[in-house]
Amino acid sequence: MALDKNQIAQRIAREVQDGYYVNLGIGIPTLVANYVREDIDVEFQSENGVLGMGPFPYDGEEDADIINAGKQTITTLPGASFFDSATSFSMIRGKHVDLTILGAMEVAENGDIANWKIPGKMVKGMGGAMDLVASAENIIVAMMHTNRAGESKLLKKCSLPLTGVGCVKKIVSNLAVLEVTAAGFKLLERAPGVSVEEIQAATEGALIVDGDIPEMKF
Amino acid sequence: MITKKVTGVDAALEGVESGMTMMLGGFGLSGIPENSIAKLVALDVNNLTCISNNAGVDDFGLGLLLQKKQIKKMVSSYVGENAEFERQMLSGELDVELIPQGTLAERCRAAQAGFPAIYTPAGYGTEVAEGKETREFDGKMYVLEHAFKADFAFVKAWKGDAAGNLVFKGTARNFNPNMCGAATITVAEVEELVPVGTLDPNQIHIPGIFVQRIFQGETYEKRIEQRTVRTRD
Repeated sequence: MALDKNQIAQRIAREVQDGYYVNLGIGIPTLVANYVREDIDVEFQSENGVLGMGPFPYDGEEDADIINAGKQTITTLPGASFFDSATSFSMIRGKHVDLTILGAMEVAENGDIANWKIPGKMVKGMGGAMDLVASAENIIVAMMHTNRAGESKLLKKCSLPLTGVGCVKKIVSNLAVLEVTAAGFKLLERAPGVSVEEIQAATEGALIVDGDIPEMKF
Repeated sequence: MITKKVTGVDAALEGVESGMTMMLGGFGLSGIPENSIAKLVALDVNNLTCISNNAGVDDFGLGLLLQKKQIKKMVSSYVGENAEFERQMLSGELDVELIPQGTLAERCRAAQAGFPAIYTPAGYGTEVAEGKETREFDGKMYVLEHAFKADFAFVKAWKGDAAGNLVFKGTARNFNPNMCGAATITVAEVEELVPVGTLDPNQIHIPGIFVQRIFQGETYEKRIEQRTVRTRD
């Protein structure tokens, strides 16, 4: 069966390693924090200027001066720090952040990503997404494999305006885990009960299937 | 000591005129210069170009200037929280330049630090880089982005003193330090103007040299945009 959003987050959490500084985008990526193993040390960065983000505050303890990039009230953990926006993007652009997890509308087989603009619809802006994808060496995209009409979002070439070129390394969708290689999307794992044929049918870009593809473990 | 203290918001905004370019600190509604924005509304200046990460909400922050159609152009990275903004943008009344958030911060910092332009990888290969100079360094492509030029920078800090020294709190810091000294005149408003000598020189985030005018804001609403809490078990 295809994964739900929480299961996608749960699978991505397995990619988070001890000692990682991690930037989480809005949406499914935010949920990843709920599933990171408790026996490893990880710090979450939010690009509006905090490292060492904690959970949401208890009712009555929220502070207008302590928010995340989604403008939600948050708390900080021991060892946390605050900094200005230029310093925040120095962490990102300077490759000090180990892992970036973000959502996407489309990904192409060469690693191009589109996630900020649909022509003809209200454009809200790219926020920090273009800086993140242009610089991070380790980017995981959390996304649905197809749109509501059932059309693939893993394409030969993105149809929407790009956020960055050739930058996505790994995708965790509701159907599969895939690595972006020079030859296209390499299938690494299947969602439980989802066949290679179903994944092939939902993937427009080149899909590389090499040997037996195991089911995901959580 | 060189003093930067002015009597209040009226004196702090002296010289502000229609058609000027302004930088305004803040991320969402956190750390915005509330008192300076209220005064810009009262002054009724228009045709403003505003460089600010966001554009406020309908009835707070830069949304107050949008309501009165005082803004000609917004330079921002994310503007989604404002219905009046959307209406003016779609009708063509408002010119909007969307730029990556890190590029916005660095174009402020470049102006502060005396760099005419910087190279950034952000936006390479996208429509953001169209018409801009690009260059390869060590096998990777970068886009040339120019320092901002602004008449006024309006920033908000937690504490400050008459020397213009500033201390920020939490994530209300955001773009505020990067905009200090990045415009012809930097106006800093603070929640608390403390006596000179009480701020520890080791703990100052922005030295007074980057600030021309400082005043204590009369009130701060500090509105929360997305109140998110957890319940006690």
